[in-house]
Amino acid sequence: MTGNAIGVVAATTLASGVEFVEALTIVLAMGTTRGWRSTLIGVGAALAALAAITAVAGYALQSWLPEALLQLIVGSLLLIFGLQWLRKAILRAAGLKALHDEDDTFRSEVEAARAAGEERRLGLDWFAFVVSFKGVFLEGLEIVFIVITFGLNANSIALATVGAAIGGVIVIAAGVALHKPLARVPENTIKFVVGLLLSTFGTFWAVEGLGWFAPDDASLSWPGGDAALLVLLAAWGALAWATVRLLAPRAREEVA
Amino acid sequence: MIRFAKGFGRFWWDFIVGDDWRIAAGVVVVLAAGALVVANTSAPDGLVAVLVAAGIVGVAIGSIATSALRARRR
Repeated sequence: MTGNAIGVVAATTLASGVEFVEALTIVLAMGTTRGWRSTLIGVGAALAALAAITAVAGYALQSWLPEALLQLIVGSLLLIFGLQWLRKAILRAAGLKALHDEDDTFRSEVEAARAAGEERRLGLDWFAFVVSFKGVFLEGLEIVFIVITFGLNANSIALATVGAAIGGVIVIAAGVALHKPLARVPENTIKFVVGLLLSTFGTFWAVEGLGWFAPDDASLSWPGGDAALLVLLAAWGALAWATVRLLAPRAREEVA
Repeated sequence: MIRFAKGFGRFWWDFIVGDDWRIAAGVVVVLAAGALVVANTSAPDGLVAVLVAAGIVGVAIGSIATSALRARRR
């Protein structure tokens, strides 16, 4: 397995895992308060919609765009997306942004589920169906985005899908075993790592894709080829570490 | 229809651009500058790659610094 392939599987597994944790909280809240039938049908409908989007968008992008332009578009999107994840993870690690609390989210969702009225459509508890569908679809869309961008640029949608499936299976198995939200998963640490990986691969591919503007349309080459990925990862890691170190003591002083 | 289009646009804006538009704007500006260099000069690939990567790191530092300052003011 090449370094590129390991990066694809690691990024998609971690990104999928952390998004599945958030979706699982919503699904558990609906299932335990409103019943499992409508909730699970909502989950199934969302997964079907996500699979269709992955297949259509993946095929269309791969078939219609030249390689360098594809690298530029998906690399840029991945970079913007990754820098958002990294920025939030840095601010959370430095104590400047509240950490995501799955128990709190679970309580809010349960309260909303209990307060909602009984409305039946197509034989389903419509509230449970819509909330679980939206929860899984919206969290899943981030996974689909990462699977498509990583998969296309690494020339292996299948590998990226396997990575995402591994993350999903681990979280679902843990959720089924525990029957409660996975509040102890170190979500911010995982988001930190995913942010680093997305920013690394996004920078690498977006720069390669600039070759689309060259007279020969050929992708640009990084010094050292794929080894530049390790240098980029180290650079993003060093920047993240330094900013957390710089911001964290000041944040603590202000709280005190 | 207009409401749907607005909602659709807002969803994708929030999804991709997120809560700090400076990152998206900065990345686009840096890549556009890189594209100009690639299209109009014969600068070596390695030099373009390093300069663009440095620009992107600058965008990230600017965004994190702005967010940290804003968080402290709250």
